Amino acid sequence: QRCLSLIKSTKFLNAYITVAEETALKQAEESEKRYKRGQPLGVLDGIPIAVKDNFNTAGIETTCASNMLKGYISPYNATVVQKLLDQGAVLLGKTNLDEFAMGSGSTDGVFGPVRNPWSYSRQYKEKSVPKSHSEDKDSNWVITGGSSGGSAAAVSSFTCFAALGSDTGGSTRNPAAHCGVVGLKPTYGLISRHGLIPLVNSMDVPGILTRCVDDAAVVLGSLAGHDPKDSTTIQDNFKPFELSDLTDVSKLSIGIPKEYHAPGLSSEILALWSKAADLFKNAGAKVIEVSLPHTRYSIVCYHVLCTAEVASNMARFDGLEYGHRSDMNKSTESMYAATRREGFNDVVRGRILSGNYFLLKQNYENYFIKAQKVRRLIANDFVKVFGSGVDILLTPTTLSDAIPYMEFIKEDNRTRSAQDDILTQAANMAGLPAINVPTALSERGLPVGLQFIGRSFQEKQLLTVAKWFEKQVKFPMIQLDEVKRHDHGVFQHQKSASFLEHRT
Amino acid sequence: PYKVVGLEIHAQISSNSKLFSGSQVQFAAPPNSLVSFFDASLPGTLPVLNRRCVEAAVMTGLALNCSINKKSLFDRKHYFYADLPAGYQITQQRVPIAVNGSLSYSLCIDNKMSQMVTKTVRIKQIQLEQDSGKSLHDDVRSQTLVDLNRAGVGLMEVVMEPDMCCGEEAAAAVRELQLILQTLGSSQAVMAEGQLRVDANVSVHHPGEPYGVRTEVKNINSIRFLAKAVDYEIERQIEELESGGTILNETRAFDSKLGCTVPMRDKEGKQDYRFMPEPNLPPLILYNARSLPANMNHQQVVNIDWIHERLPDLPSVKRAKLVEQYGILPEHSFTLLNEAGLTEFFEDVIKQTQMKPKKVIGWILNDLLSYLKQHSLTVKESPVSSFLLADLLNRLEKKEISSTAAKQVFAELWKGEGKTPLEIVKEKKLQLIQDQEDLERICQAVMAIKSGNRKVLNKLIGLVQRETQGRSNPVLVKQLLEKKLSE
Repeated sequence: QRCLSLIKSTKFLNAYITVAEETALKQAEESEKRYKRGQPLGVLDGIPIAVKDNFNTAGIETTCASNMLKGYISPYNATVVQKLLDQGAVLLGKTNLDEFAMGSGSTDGVFGPVRNPWSYSRQYKEKSVPKSHSEDKDSNWVITGGSSGGSAAAVSSFTCFAALGSDTGGSTRNPAAHCGVVGLKPTYGLISRHGLIPLVNSMDVPGILTRCVDDAAVVLGSLAGHDPKDSTTIQDNFKPFELSDLTDVSKLSIGIPKEYHAPGLSSEILALWSKAADLFKNAGAKVIEVSLPHTRYSIVCYHVLCTAEVASNMARFDGLEYGHRSDMNKSTESMYAATRREGFNDVVRGRILSGNYFLLKQNYENYFIKAQKVRRLIANDFVKVFGSGVDILLTPTTLSDAIPYMEFIKEDNRTRSAQDDILTQAANMAGLPAINVPTALSERGLPVGLQFIGRSFQEKQLLTVAKWFEKQVKFPMIQLDEVKRHDHGVFQHQKSASFLEHRT
Repeated sequence: PYKVVGLEIHAQISSNSKLFSGSQVQFAAPPNSLVSFFDASLPGTLPVLNRRCVEAAVMTGLALNCSINKKSLFDRKHYFYADLPAGYQITQQRVPIAVNGSLSYSLCIDNKMSQMVTKTVRIKQIQLEQDSGKSLHDDVRSQTLVDLNRAGVGLMEVVMEPDMCCGEEAAAAVRELQLILQTLGSSQAVMAEGQLRVDANVSVHHPGEPYGVRTEVKNINSIRFLAKAVDYEIERQIEELESGGTILNETRAFDSKLGCTVPMRDKEGKQDYRFMPEPNLPPLILYNARSLPANMNHQQVVNIDWIHERLPDLPSVKRAKLVEQYGILPEHSFTLLNEAGLTEFFEDVIKQTQMKPKKVIGWILNDLLSYLKQHSLTVKESPVSSFLLADLLNRLEKKEISSTAAKQVFAELWKGEGKTPLEIVKEKKLQLIQDQEDLERICQAVMAIKSGNRKVLNKLIGLVQRETQGRSNPVLVKQLLEKKLSE
């Protein structure tokens, strides 16, 4: 109930598209009963969670922030949603995103942009200089990053304890960094995509957003594993793990990829990255510079492969079986065309056009096949580095802290995506697990995170290192007027037992 | 001129559920009652490969002497159409499941069953792909009705190289393929139910010159129409070229009422299908005994050798066995296999009768089959069971009745009134009169009517026969009359 009222009081963030108040209260009630009987379904029983609106939820609208699916009520739950519900989690609602998860700001959905809760934090307000006192203080709000901005904002503003996002080129890690929360991208094939409305089938993964690394491990434990409904999930049995406290990092080898010193990287983040490297070094870990030489080709490569798959995946939206259907009825073709023009925004349509271009017979070899080969090279870069003894890579997650919305929209979606994805998309190309850990506040009082990239299916090692780092940096709690709390510590990660504490 | 005919055949796989989803496969169900979330292309659904469909394709590939690709891939073929909900079909364009096979079929020369020649057509490949739904165009109400029951059903596309040269060859090849599929059980291959669809590629050229432009002929609904369509198209092309025209690389539809091919309106311009690998399906890996990993879950694996060992006898093998075992002619074996259930019927009769197979076959092919055809019945629907026929043939063998009488009994049996041959024989008084004294008396009676004359001996025999309604043993009658006449 506290979460639901908090959602209401933070409505201006626009983090939620749909709030499922009735069903959530019912689920909470059921959970209470189970606890009274001493029979909770698991650690997540009764825990309020939010789900990005590109996951199918039976009976609750799933829109992908698009006119195409406005009012669409799916008849089935995505596997990850079902798993959470089976554990007794309480589904609060569906969170806002860029339309069909295309974007890096969570600004291009039909329900409007998501506002970063940190825009309203004391930390940010203290540091921001009002330009003129007649200026609406609201106009200075910063973006959440994207495309899982709604989920990141929901977790960041305490309206839920964990949220599902999706990550195709960085869509979970990017907003996690800007909103100061943990954002985990699992290895491709570890968590089922069944029910996740796809952007790029060969790169999409469900993402996990929480306030601390331990929580992420718990959620991962309940979601990972083979799903017969998703043929791209691995068959191996997954054993959920609890994270131990790392005391000795001397056996660790941390790689610092020099290509991630990308053009446009703010000096602030560069310094933070360096400081983090020193942190590991001083604690006894081996910290070495490594090279991922094909990093600079990843944007173009991603662009070709992403748009090609998008063009294909969006072909099903024709208004015939579900979703928006235009009134145009002169012919099937004209109905299709009108429906798709009315249902999709410019970003989506732009990607479809590009993608179809690359898939044309005369272009396929030069673009698609070439991009696949480059993708292989990018993936091999990581194989080589991990094969040479490096355990974890440490990189920045974003080029800078969150910028004001008014500034962000000066460039178009494509430009922004190309800029912002540079540090995150290679992990998607290679299918590797990666996590954003909130590290410090910038000079403007906004969160900055750093990214750890691990070996395939070595989430345990990745999260163990991330947890150690989290403990070292002691990222501060957001100070929001709206968030009334009485028992929260000063440091966010102290809520590691947050799931259990919530029960009291 | 050389006539070049190739075929693209789509055979619906006989399976309980569809190629990539669990919805049922069933003919003529209420519209949109067999549609899963995946079939309707609901966003977020993913394909899951049906093992039975893979086995069906492997069986078919082996039966057609193909190399089975141990690794094959799935692709998306994009085009927009109301009966294709996802906007793409999942097929195997890059690497199909089976390649480079052959099919042998037989033709009668000059329509004489006695002269058969064997021909071979190369099989280019067999690929697994999804069937589309059905759309019905209602021009009156300017609407299209879409039924997705068929959307996603598994198909095997069998591509036959242009080794055929006329409608008859095409028809014979397809007929043989149909028999093979039905024998394997991989497809029921009934054209009338859309389980077997054939498109023909036809072109003509002069010897020594390069191949001519080819047209694709669709909308062929039976094997008979296939032969007609191909022959018509060949003629059309020859006439067109001889009168100085050109052949367009187009798709034409066969109009069965008019017996001709007409250009199809909606295939204007070349379609670019924008093929792309299907990212949701890993490569399909098949194993044989050698490559099978030790700890593999049996349920997850398709073993080519295991399937090979369990292949049933193919039609060509069955025919050879029939010829060898029963001493029937090759063309007989073709007819036996051509009619569903006829071979079993034949063999059932053989089991229950002393009559030699060489004689039984005559009854099966000339009598039973012609009656069935006359009444448009299948062997299963035959009012005369193998038991009854065997009974009848036994009586004929034992000379209880003449062959003429036997035919009469057969006609009676056909009425299906539940009478046994014995009952009919008694009822119609068809027994051969074997008793010498009886026959003597009858002959004397007949002779009393007519004056004795050697020249009318045969006439007398005929009269005796008529008098006894064909039941008298003609050999005995002749002897008796001769004796009488010489007295």
